[in-house]
Formats: sequence, C-alpha cells, structure tokens
Amino acid sequence: MKSLKELEEIKQRTLDSVNLRKDRTGGTRIVVGMATCGIAAGARPVLLAFLEEVKKRNLGDVTVSQTGCIGVCRLEPMVEVYRPGEEKVTYVKMTPEKVKRIVAEHIVNGQIVTEYTIGAAE
Amino acid sequence: MEDISLHLLDLAQNSIAAEATLVEIYIKEITEKGCMYLRIHDNGKGMDQQQLDKISDPFYTTRTSRKVGLGVPLFKASAEATGGYMRINSAQNKGTILEALFYTNHIDCLPLGKPEESLAALIFLNSEVDFVYCHEVNSRQFRFDTREVRKILGEVSITEPEVIDWIKKHIKSGLDELYGGA
Repeated sequence: MKSLKELEEIKQRTLDSVNLRKDRTGGTRIVVGMATCGIAAGARPVLLAFLEEVKKRNLGDVTVSQTGCIGVCRLEPMVEVYRPGEEKVTYVKMTPEKVKRIVAEHIVNGQIVTEYTIGAAE
Repeated sequence: MEDISLHLLDLAQNSIAAEATLVEIYIKEITEKGCMYLRIHDNGKGMDQQQLDKISDPFYTTRTSRKVGLGVPLFKASAEATGGYMRINSAQNKGTILEALFYTNHIDCLPLGKPEESLAALIFLNSEVDFVYCHEVNSRQFRFDTREVRKILGEVSITEPEVIDWIKKHIKSGLDELYGGA
C-alpha cells in the first residue's frame, strides 16, 4: 500500500532530523479550548491550522495542546498563547485565517495581534 | 454541531475523560436503507446506573468547573431529529458503548463531515490513547488502527505534525475509496 510506505518515509525523515529538533518544553505553548462549546464553534479547524503552521514553519519549540471550557463560550473558539517570560494572551472567535496571522506575528515575531484578543472583543 | 464528525470528536473526548486507553469508533452506512449507525466503544472507567440515568440531562456533568454538559444531549437530539435514536450502555471499570442511528434521508440529518479531521485532532491531543476507526459503506470497509501506525513509527511520536498530516490524508483517501465507484 502506497500510503504505508509514505509513513515509513516520514519516520525516516523524522529520525534523521531528530538532532535538529530541540526538546519542546520551555518554548511557546498554544492551548486550544476543545470542550463541546469550542468544538461546536469551530475549534477543530483552528487546532489543525496551528498544526499545519507548526509543520510548515518547522517550529520545533512550539507545543500545541488542549483545554476544556474556558468559561466564555460565546467567544469560542478560544486560544491561549503562553510565551516564556510573558503574560498569557487569550485570542477569541478564532478562525484558521486568524491562526496564520497569529503564528506569523505573535508566535514567530513576538508581536501580539491585539485586535483578535479577548481585550479587544470585550 | 454542524456535522456528525464534530459530535464524534466531542463524544470521544468523554471517553478520554473517563481514562480510556482504547477508543473504537465504528460507522456503518447502508445506502439503500438510508441509515447510518455509529458506535463509540471505550475501555474507560464507565458509569454507574445513577450516572447513566442522568446522561442525557443537560444539567448533569461530571465536570466541576461548570454545571452543564451538552455533548451527549446535543448528539441525542441530532439523532432523534432524523427519527433515529441514541443509547448508552456502560459498566463500571469496563467501559462505555454509545450507539446511535441516523436516518440519512431525513431533511434534518446532519452531514457526516470530516471524520479524518476529528481523528487527526483526537490522536494529536491524546497521544497516550489508541484509536480504532472502522467505517463501512454497504459492503466496503475501511479500517484504521493507531496501534498499527505506532508499530511502523517505532520511537517516532505519533503526534509529529507530519505524522498527523499523514493520518488525516490516509483516512481521507480511505473514505474517498469507500464512497467512490459503484
């Protein structure tokens, strides 16, 4: 089966690059709200868009994880970004398009996208 | 929920909250009868009768952070809106089986959506849990098992972004084959 061979190739590539890849702890954490409210509002494409960006840009020190309901369901999908040494930033009403900008400007370059934050929405 | 695959993502998260290590998702579609049967089977800690009695009550949840739990009631409503049903069987310390039937020709039936994206999300977010996804359309079958993927990957993590991307595409092409041709 062609597709299992592809998986073997991915494995080999990953093993080859394993030395380049630093331990992911200590880097930026991206946390997506994946409770019922988040999923219903569109958290799945947002999560997958973050993964896609991490893959494309080879962001080795970025971790993506999930949390439950953050408590402001009407602003879902919500995402929290923790950069080391900085305060948590909460982004609301997320979309895959917003993900691209947040990764480029905030995750990579450290510039918070203020207009997408909970502060701007409230 | 916009589609059934989002319900599956949400419901499988309940299995994980119940400390399941294996979650099996089974879908069977019979086109000529216009029905779709879904089953989520986990080996989590299960529920007692008291919890089972309340499972479809939106004001029941095991969560301590809030007082409503809408996942199961919403899914039940989606199935019943088509004339179908949802039921749950559970045994403490053995696991839970959730089954539902959707009548797909009913005007209120949700589309299936993108199971490959739900699986990709579930596998990425719950790296220590194994998932089986088995989907039958009439006499055709597609089966995916993370245990087999792990066997091939060896020491490489299943959550590597490239692997997750492969999983998504692999399931998608399996589904395309299920639905394709005569």
